Amino acid sequence: MAHIDENAKPFSEQWLDDRLGVRTLKRVMASEYWIPKDINFLWAMGMILAVTFGILIITGIFLLMYYKPDTALAFDSVNYTIMQEVGYGWLFRHMHGVAASVVFLLIYIHMFTGIYYGSYKKGREMIWISGMLLFVTFSAEAFSGYMLPWGQMSYWAGMVITNLFSIGSLELNGIVEWIRGDYVPGDAYLTRFFMLHVFLLPLAIIGVIVLHFGTLRIPHVNNQEGEVIDFDIEAQKYLDGNTKESKVIRFQWDFLAKDFMVMAFFLTFFFYLVFYHFDFAMDPVNFDPADGLKTPPHIYPEWYFLWSYEILRPFTKDIGLMAFGFSQVIFLLLPFLDRSPNAIPAHRRGLFFVWFWVLLIDMIVLSVMGKVPPVEPFGTVGLYAALTFIGLWVLLPIITKMESKK
Amino acid sequence: MREMKILAVVIFFTGLIYWGVEPYAHSQMHKHVESENFEYKDLAEVKAGDVAKGKELVMSNCTACHSIKAKNMPAPMDAVTSSGAYGVNPPDLSNMGGILDAKYLAAFIADPAKAAKVSHKFTDGKTHPMPSYNWMPKEDIESMVSYLQSIASKEITPKEAFTTACGRCHAVRYDGKVKGEKWTQIGQKPKFKYEKDSLAYDIKVLDYQDALKKYMGKLPPDLSIMIRARSHHFLETFIENPQSQLHGTAMPAVGLSEEGYEKIMQHLENVGDPSKPERDSMGVWFLLYMAIFTVLAVLWKKSVWSKLH
Amino acid sequence: MSDKVNRRDAMGIAFGTCAAVGGVYALAGMKKAWDPLPSVKAAGSTLVDLSSAKENEIITEKWRGKPVFILRKSAEMIAKSSANDKARDVIIDGSSYLVCIGLCTHLGCIPAYRKDREDFLCACHGAEYDISAINTKAPAPLPMLIPPFKIDGTTLVLGEAGPEYNKMKEAGVLGHIALDPKA
Repeated sequence: MAHIDENAKPFSEQWLDDRLGVRTLKRVMASEYWIPKDINFLWAMGMILAVTFGILIITGIFLLMYYKPDTALAFDSVNYTIMQEVGYGWLFRHMHGVAASVVFLLIYIHMFTGIYYGSYKKGREMIWISGMLLFVTFSAEAFSGYMLPWGQMSYWAGMVITNLFSIGSLELNGIVEWIRGDYVPGDAYLTRFFMLHVFLLPLAIIGVIVLHFGTLRIPHVNNQEGEVIDFDIEAQKYLDGNTKESKVIRFQWDFLAKDFMVMAFFLTFFFYLVFYHFDFAMDPVNFDPADGLKTPPHIYPEWYFLWSYEILRPFTKDIGLMAFGFSQVIFLLLPFLDRSPNAIPAHRRGLFFVWFWVLLIDMIVLSVMGKVPPVEPFGTVGLYAALTFIGLWVLLPIITKMESKK
Repeated sequence: MREMKILAVVIFFTGLIYWGVEPYAHSQMHKHVESENFEYKDLAEVKAGDVAKGKELVMSNCTACHSIKAKNMPAPMDAVTSSGAYGVNPPDLSNMGGILDAKYLAAFIADPAKAAKVSHKFTDGKTHPMPSYNWMPKEDIESMVSYLQSIASKEITPKEAFTTACGRCHAVRYDGKVKGEKWTQIGQKPKFKYEKDSLAYDIKVLDYQDALKKYMGKLPPDLSIMIRARSHHFLETFIENPQSQLHGTAMPAVGLSEEGYEKIMQHLENVGDPSKPERDSMGVWFLLYMAIFTVLAVLWKKSVWSKLH
Repeated sequence: MSDKVNRRDAMGIAFGTCAAVGGVYALAGMKKAWDPLPSVKAAGSTLVDLSSAKENEIITEKWRGKPVFILRKSAEMIAKSSANDKARDVIIDGSSYLVCIGLCTHLGCIPAYRKDREDFLCACHGAEYDISAINTKAPAPLPMLIPPFKIDGTTLVLGEAGPEYNKMKEAGVLGHIALDPKA
């Protein structure tokens, strides 16, 4: 039986602590959650992602009040009712669309930060894996969300991506029809993706976020030099008052103060986009209502999917699908493909530093090639970029095996 | 210091991918078309004509097909019957002189298909529903143009400009005070008390649209949200000369003057993006607030970290 | 040292306040998103042509989504009615009509008109109203409400307040306050 203080006033800190362990929770999750001091603003991306996800949920709730998941009603429920009739409906819609695009910029910055500083190694493998699972679930969430306005891009992206599941020469058209619930993307398709977008995937995302935070707690946050810190000793320095020499800081409010500062700059940029520069996130092509009898002259996925889309394009159907499958899964395997014992920043890892920048530039090239029409010279550039991508991952175990212990 | 370098790198690569995926890629997808600023350089100059003579000519030549509401001259046939006969309802002429370029009007009266740049549609013996007046002396045509300019309203609203120039082919379902009221090719749909009357009206619209579709090859799109579906530059060059952006299209060059074009664009903004003024003004306040928020966030962070460095 | 702590706290409070102000504005914006849409508020008026209305035959029209009872009264009905009843009559083209929102003032069910008894009975909890929709039996607390109306020849316009409506409003007979059905 837990120890209960009979004299504690109801709902006081003692009373709550006896029943819910709030003091321990506060120490473990906030005031004595020790974070390394040697970090830069990139370490704030996690918190910014959480805030952006929060923006998506709240704006999503208001959109959900007026959106109609019916192929005859969806387009006008968004572009007339929400954009023109609902009080501040246009603001919720713009915030939701821009946040959905910007969240992937944040995800990629967050991911590449992790790759650069080796934050997927030496006890942090599960953080990386749960993070990649978040990338996958966010991708599914973004894709299902894009279907909902039922514009031309919604329809044709739906058509093309569900066709992938016929798995090339296997011609599993039955599976494609089963996924759609119809021969083509239609009403059944729209409402089931509505279900996924509004209920199932957000639940899954929240679950994986909890996992992601959980996997971070014990190994602790990494630092700029990859230094292995004795958190107990450093924490004691801090608690003894030696905050300037201690290598750690409190999560609350030291780390959070810096997080909020970075977040303030981010939100300023975000709202500038929401009000004045949003076409990149709300593509004009999707302002044409869906028409199953007319493919737009240029269809392309949202920018954050372009690199995977381009890996598919230069090859024949089956090879393309295999390359595509490879690209989706390979990042998950990073902790196991990196054979070096060093969990330090890339600029101290020799060839890995080169590998990192080549990967980043290659993915940008792939993205641009994925957007431009598949004519020459873009076709050839795309092919070499796709081959480079595959080559880089094949080389990774070799490069990292050669790395000397530092 | 180091964090600034890292920030510069992040901004650089973000900017790079933005440039590649947006301005650069779009420039590769759509070749740039120069705007001609509605000057109609390829059309002949026109002089001012005799308004009284013009009135005579218009009354005897045009009112057999065209209504002129400003002069209480009704259309000889209702819209649906007209569409069956001509493919499309001949426009009311009240405001034509006020929104179309004078050179274009003269050229159109002389040879409609040529001025509208749709001669490619009228092959194999097919002719434009409006006959050519190239047998008429030039001064007479100029007089008709002057007359039409004289009867045009001095204050043409954006909606009037739209219904005159575009409304006989393009519906705008978002154009109504409440949901359900809309602009159709046969006019603004009124409010009906009984479902049966509303459906009867819709059937008339559908009949008209069938005739229009046969005449044009496909139904001209509803323009409710066109202001968001195409860039301003595309719309400007397309409206000025549809062939420049969609070669072979059945849409005629409408011959708007620059003023007329601005009014049309204003109407498209009103029906497709009415929140724009609020968005533009609210953005200023939001960003001002965010500036204050950011300053306070920086100051707080600095004061918290003063004990840590 | 405590100077720094105070400054830290002060900055924190300033920042927190700024965030809270933003939060309040955000909540106000969210509240506006729940407001009825313009197309709901601009439902406008409903026109009812009463040129062929028959006595003692209840007409039910829809106005702003709610049922409106319109009943043409016969001479006998008028002879039997009280002063309060007559005060609620709407005179259109020489005939007296009952015009009221057909919702029970107890909890909102639609009462049924009983033609033989010339009264209303609400099936939900047994409330009753007389020929002028004044409540005669509990649990109805008030008469059925008379909506804004205007008279245009033989046409009744629901949704716009005409002079007759305004007179009734001043007399207090619309149904906002209780009335004695016998007075």
